[in-house]
Amino acid sequence: MGFDGLVCWRGLLPVFDNLSGDVKAGGALALYGANGSGKTSLLRIMAGLLPPDAGTCSVPQAAGQIHYLGHADGLKAAFSVAEMLAVWAGLYAAAPFDAASLLAELGLAGRGPQKIGDLSAGQKRRLTLARLIIAPRPLWLLDEPLTALDRQGRALVHEMAQAHLAAQGMIIAASHEPLDFATDTLSLDKQAEAR
Amino acid sequence: MRVFSTICVSHMRLAWRGGHSGLAVAFLFIAVTLLPFGLGPELKLLRALAPGLLWVVLVMTVLVTLDRLFQEDFEDGTLDQLIGLSLPLELSVLAKLCGHYLAVIVPLLIGVPLAGLLLNIAPGHLPGLVLALLVGTPALVLLGGIGAALAVSVRRGGLLTVLLTLPFYVPVMIFGAAASGAALDGAPDMTRLAIVGLISLAGVLLAPPAIAAALRAAIR
Repeated sequence: MGFDGLVCWRGLLPVFDNLSGDVKAGGALALYGANGSGKTSLLRIMAGLLPPDAGTCSVPQAAGQIHYLGHADGLKAAFSVAEMLAVWAGLYAAAPFDAASLLAELGLAGRGPQKIGDLSAGQKRRLTLARLIIAPRPLWLLDEPLTALDRQGRALVHEMAQAHLAAQGMIIAASHEPLDFATDTLSLDKQAEAR
Repeated sequence: MRVFSTICVSHMRLAWRGGHSGLAVAFLFIAVTLLPFGLGPELKLLRALAPGLLWVVLVMTVLVTLDRLFQEDFEDGTLDQLIGLSLPLELSVLAKLCGHYLAVIVPLLIGVPLAGLLLNIAPGHLPGLVLALLVGTPALVLLGGIGAALAVSVRRGGLLTVLLTLPFYVPVMIFGAAASGAALDGAPDMTRLAIVGLISLAGVLLAPPAIAAALRAAIR
């Protein structure tokens, strides 16, 4: 599974040109690069949200294959944490799960009745990770997964990623910080220099 | 089916909690109570104009609620999630429109008989009037959804939504108001009702693909 010769333009400026890479089952590709180097664009292309201007992308874009965790997290401030979990369970047609133990796993024990609007940025980020657990999908596309998280939160992301890889899952993650679980890296900065 | 009902119910709950349902009904009544002040206390005149006025007020109310339809989901990333679901985006869109209809439009329709009394419509004529609105409002929401989806990437795009949507409302208004007027003169006008119903039914089939295409373009 990978992408080959991807080209992306935003407005009148090229973001990246002829970008290739791949990920095997059980592998994690880390995307590094400066702001504006096209990490998010690349992830959105692979998620099927943004059509590439050229190139091919052999990502299984059929329904139920990909989790895309972006900057916008789809959390509704008016819902409580427990309600949001129930909505996700319905959206992803997930198997029944124990909400209390899931929240405890995410470090949000006892937060079920709290309104999402009252959570901190880090707590919201932890809550979005619940989607990855509620609905198992083979490919995770993570955009800055460590943002706003404290040390335990980062450890949690690494732990979840390791478990996912051990189960032959795949991860492509964009980050400004080193990701320990990455088995391969792709720097988008060389792209910018070459241009 | 579970995915469809989840989207529909969560849209309804958000609409209720955000107070959109109550605000829309309040808007309807404020507009209807203002009308006699503008038109004068002539009861006969009020009754003659009532069906058309009610349609105009209802259309305005529906338009005001439209920018709530996809705006929030676009901004908070929910749309990105809807695209990767096992349900096609077209049906997810239809689920949202159903939720919007049940949470916002149905309370309006419940308020319409009372608003009709304020405009001097005889109680016996109200069922015919409500029937015409019941047949026409799905078309208003479906066509309005297209406008809302096209304007979704524009911040504060409410006015743009209105501009995009109003031309499509003209046929529904013409036949719907005429059918309502006929209902006040005695028997409901089945031909005109059927035309309005046809627009609503065609909207169910044609609007979701158009809305889904507009939303896909917007999230690029």
